[in-house]
Order: sequence, then C-alpha cells, then structure tokens
Amino acid sequence: MDYFIELLFSGLTRGSIYALIALGYTMVYGIIGLINFAHGEIYMIGAFTAFIVATILSILGFPALAIIVLAGLAAVIWSASYGYTIEKIAYKPLRHAPRLSPLISAIGMSMFLQNYVLLAQTSDFLPFPQLVPDFAFMEPVAHIVGSTDLVILVTTTVVMICLSVLIKYTKIGKAMRATSQDRTMAMLVGINVNRIISVTFIIGSSLAAIGGMLIASHIGQINFYIGFIAGIKAFTAAVLGGIGSIPGAVLGSVVLGLTESFATGYVSSDYEDVFAFSLLVLILIFKPAGILGKVDTQKV
Amino acid sequence: MSMSFNKKMIAAFAGLMMAAAVPMTGFAADTIKMGVVGPHSGDLASYGLPSVNAAKILVEKINAEGGINGKQIELLIEDTVCDAKTATDVATKLVSDGAEFVLGGICSGSTKAALPIYLDAGILVMSPSATNPALTQSGDYPNFFRTIAPDDAQALLDVDFAIGKMGYKKIAVVHDKGDYGKGFAEFAKKFIEENGGAEVVLFEGVTPGAVDYSAIVQKIKRSGADTVIFGGYHPEASKIVTMMRKKRLEATFISDDGVKDNTFIKVAGENAEGVYASGPMDISSNPLTQQAIDEHKKAFESDPGAFYENAYSAVLAMTNAVKIAGSTDLEAMKKALQTEKTDTPVGAVSFDEKGDAIGVGFSVYQVQNGVFVELK
Repeated sequence: MDYFIELLFSGLTRGSIYALIALGYTMVYGIIGLINFAHGEIYMIGAFTAFIVATILSILGFPALAIIVLAGLAAVIWSASYGYTIEKIAYKPLRHAPRLSPLISAIGMSMFLQNYVLLAQTSDFLPFPQLVPDFAFMEPVAHIVGSTDLVILVTTTVVMICLSVLIKYTKIGKAMRATSQDRTMAMLVGINVNRIISVTFIIGSSLAAIGGMLIASHIGQINFYIGFIAGIKAFTAAVLGGIGSIPGAVLGSVVLGLTESFATGYVSSDYEDVFAFSLLVLILIFKPAGILGKVDTQKV
Repeated sequence: MSMSFNKKMIAAFAGLMMAAAVPMTGFAADTIKMGVVGPHSGDLASYGLPSVNAAKILVEKINAEGGINGKQIELLIEDTVCDAKTATDVATKLVSDGAEFVLGGICSGSTKAALPIYLDAGILVMSPSATNPALTQSGDYPNFFRTIAPDDAQALLDVDFAIGKMGYKKIAVVHDKGDYGKGFAEFAKKFIEENGGAEVVLFEGVTPGAVDYSAIVQKIKRSGADTVIFGGYHPEASKIVTMMRKKRLEATFISDDGVKDNTFIKVAGENAEGVYASGPMDISSNPLTQQAIDEHKKAFESDPGAFYENAYSAVLAMTNAVKIAGSTDLEAMKKALQTEKTDTPVGAVSFDEKGDAIGVGFSVYQVQNGVFVELK
C-alpha cells in the first residue's frame, strides 16, 4: 500500500508538471486553433531567466522567499514578453493563411529559440538552485512527497482554479470565449480580438514561466533542450485531455503522469512511454476529441 | 583566368611532389615498415590524427638514435576514414607495400573488418583506441593487441569494487537505454551474476530527459537495493542521485566514465558527495606522459588530442618488441609483448594472451568535497 501511495504521488507530481505547460498549449489552441510549438521554448526561457535572477540574488544574499518571488516575477515578465512578441512576429501575419502555415512558423520559432539560447547561453547543463527550502513539517512524509513536489501540486491546482474563474466569470474571460467560438462575430460585437489573442499568449507564457522555474528547481538542472521534451509530453497531455479545454489539460496531464508512474512502478520504466502513448491512442480511438474535449462540428 | 592558372600550378606541384614521394619510399631498402591507419579525414579525424603525430614523433626519435637493430623505421600512413570497406582496402595495400606491423585501427568496427587481412599476412596490429571487447576476447584475432582497456573493463571494475571491496549484497542496475549506458549495464549485470556475491534486484532503463525520476527511485527503494549501478551520462545520473536523496534513499551510487565529469559535481552539488564513478586511470603523474606531451607541444606547437598517450605507448611497445624479438615475425613479437614489460605513458605494460594490456585501464573515483578522488 505504501508503494502504491508513493507511486501515486510520483504520478501526481509528474502530472502537475505536465499540466503547468499543457495549460498554455490548450489556451492558445482554444482561442486561435494553433498548436504553439514554441511554447516549450517559452518554458525553457522562463527557467533560464529564473536561473539567472535567482543566482544573482542568492549571491547578493537575499532570503529564500524573496528569491523565489523575484525570480518568478522576472521569469513571468520576460517569458510573457517573448510570448507576446512571438505572436506578433510569427503568427499574426499568418492569421488568414492556411492552417499549416502558422504551424510551420511555430516549429521554426521553436528551433530558433532553442538555438538562440544555445548560442547566447551555453550547451552545458547548469545547476539550478533549489528554490523551495525543505519544510520541517514535510519531513515525516518527505520520502513520499517532497516540499518542491507539494509546491508544484498546490501551484497547479491554484492556477487551474484561477484560470477557470477568469474564463467563466470575468469580462475578459467572456471575450476570450467569444473569440474562441467565432472570431469574426466577436469582432462585430466590438471585442478587440487582437488584444484578446495577445492577452492569451501573455497568460499562457506566464504559466509556462512559473512552470519552468518550479520544474527546474525540482529537477535541479537546465539546458537549452529541456523545453522540447517537456513540451512534447505536455502537448500529448493536452490532446489526451481534450485540447482547448482547461480542466481537460489538467486531467490529461494527471492521467498521463499517473500512467507513466504506475507503468514504471508495476511493469518497467523501459515501457513508460509505450504505456503513455498506447493510452493516448486508445483514448483517441474512443473519444477522438480527448477526455473532456468538445466534438468540433465543421464550420461551413 | 588567374584562378584556373593557380589551380593548374597547384595540381602540377602536387603531381611533382607525388612523383618525388614514390622513389623515396622505394629508396631505403633496409627499413622496417610500420603502417599507421585510422581516420585522418572526415568526422572522426580528431580521433585518428593524434596517433599519426605520436608515430611521427617517436619514429623520428628512434631513427635519430640509430633505429631498431640497426634499421631505420619507415612510416606508411593510410587513411581509413573509420569505414570498414576503406579499412580493408588499406590493409591490402599495406600488405603489398610490405608493412611489418601496424599502429591503429581507431574505430572498433573498421579495425575488425581489416584484421583478417593482416592476420593472413602475419602482421601484428596494435590499436590505441578500439575498445570493443570481442576484438581480444573472441580469440579470432591473435595478431591484435591494444593499449586501451576494453568496454567491459569498467563494468568489471565497478562490480568487483561493489561486491569485493564494499561487500554490497543487493544491486539495482539502471541505465539510460543508450548504446553506451545499456552496454555498460548489461556487462555489469553479467559480471554480478557470474560473481555470485550479490544479486541483481532490479534491471531497468530510464527515459533520458524525463521531467521526474521519482517513480523509478521509489522502485529502487522497494527493491531493497543497497547500491545502484548506473550506466549512462551525467545529466541523468545527477537527476537520479538528487531524486534518491530527496526521497531519503541512502543507497550507494556507482557509475561509469560518462558520469566522471566535473559537470556532474557542479549540477548534483552536495548530492554528488560520496558517489563512485569509474574513469580512465590518472596517468598525468607519470613522467613519461609529461615527456610525451612536451614532445608533441615542441613538434606541433599544440596540445595532443584523443588517444595520443595510448598511441605513443603502442608505438613504444611494438618497437620494443621488435628490438627484443630481433625480427618482425608475428610469433616472436607476440612472445616479446607478452613476456617483457615496456615503460610507456600508460604505465609499464605487458599484454595478456588475448592481447589486452595488463594494468592499463580504469580506476574507481569517489566524489569527496566536490572533486573526484582516485581510490587506489
């Protein structure tokens, strides 16, 4: 039973990590129907920004809480400005182009950013400081769930609730939903669609930055390539949950994380990815739109 | 216009040089011919060219001192590009050119392809870098020797260390599914089973680049392992060690050359303390190593490259064997290599009956206070 609980929390942590990235994928897809492949790189840039700021602040001797808040803030601002700029440069001019064009543009953006960080920073692995201290009250259960794991779990839950509230009950959320349903109609009723799309990218990128910081702190290392692998898994999770749906992204991530964790624990970690992707195929066969996805009727 | 004229000039000049080179090789009748093969162009040239430099430096030195048994050594340098087909062509060419022994075969694959041709001609081959275990252990190539330890030597060393020296009983073998890591892990598993002093409680591969290794760590914990042997590189090793310590798992961590990298200590930080990793023996304190490096700096005004010390040692061992044997006969040279020790940068080496250098190889290092310390 202990072993089951250990694996359960491993899976939940892993799922929450995927969810922090998957939320950004799903939001952008929900609004403009684009799979933003550069999202993983935004996450990586967030991690690098947090790394640089946290390193400087810890040299200056700031307390742990100040470091985590300031590094997080810096990462959010920096990543958000990247997300905003990418949308303006790479996607906006292609908004009326065939669906494949912005997709290729996104893949290009992803490669560009990877190589940019590779050249501007380093190809080496860098040690990421442990931003979350080991809480004393967590010590009895530290062998099951660590302090950083707890922070990730809580952050993911809070972020998901905030996002759902934002979309359901605020004015901007209503505008987002309208844009998502019918962009032209939203424009006709006076919604500034360009602004809504920009806001979506800014929110998505900010989430990726927070994720980047927490996950890098959990793993303890970063390099220019982390965004690619994490991004692929998070994208899978978003599709699994139903791309475009916010609770779906979180659910899909948790399902994926748990599958991987239990596959490792009870079968073999050699087959971790085999199980994860077999599950994806199975779910898509029976629910082509994902677990919580809406079936999109073809617009005529 | 002037371009093409220049090109013609160069071509004519190169042609002249070639014409001049042909009689030169035919000129010195009473020489000992040593082949030097390896990739001297292409992607892998950086592995092959240091051997050529080592051969040039030593041959010049030996010839200046009067050669071996009164004969001068002549080098026959051929590029194999680490390609099996080219390597066999080169071997045929060297046999017909009268090479009497050969330094090289840098890559295991192309070396293996060419060895039968050298064997038929009774030519001894010594590689500074081909690490495939089968080259010596299969017994198919009695003319093959090497001054580098085979791939499985590390696994054997680590297993002997874990069981023999530390007395561990339950070993989890984990790898990164890559050629290098998985190969190492499979050898480790085989040696643990052959040793019988401990059992393999877990044998699994992890996915490199995964965001979280807590599930595999929990599995290691449940297996009751008192030690983990990991095959792979430092990024995964530091993630796994860090996660083990975070999950309060105190099992010993033993790994390979891919982890014996200062980046591992930098990234894993205090979690790296106490970790064992095998790596090539530290030969920098050997005065002959320093001498070999100084000679390279003097001759080429640069630091030597990969496998330079091994190649330098191989040339010393082979020329010494010719001196002792009094000829370049394969059996006589083999006997000399197996019975007489030669002082080289990689230590005083002799060879076992399979062709591996005795005493050359790996040491176990431990991270102590942020540096790898060689355990003697």
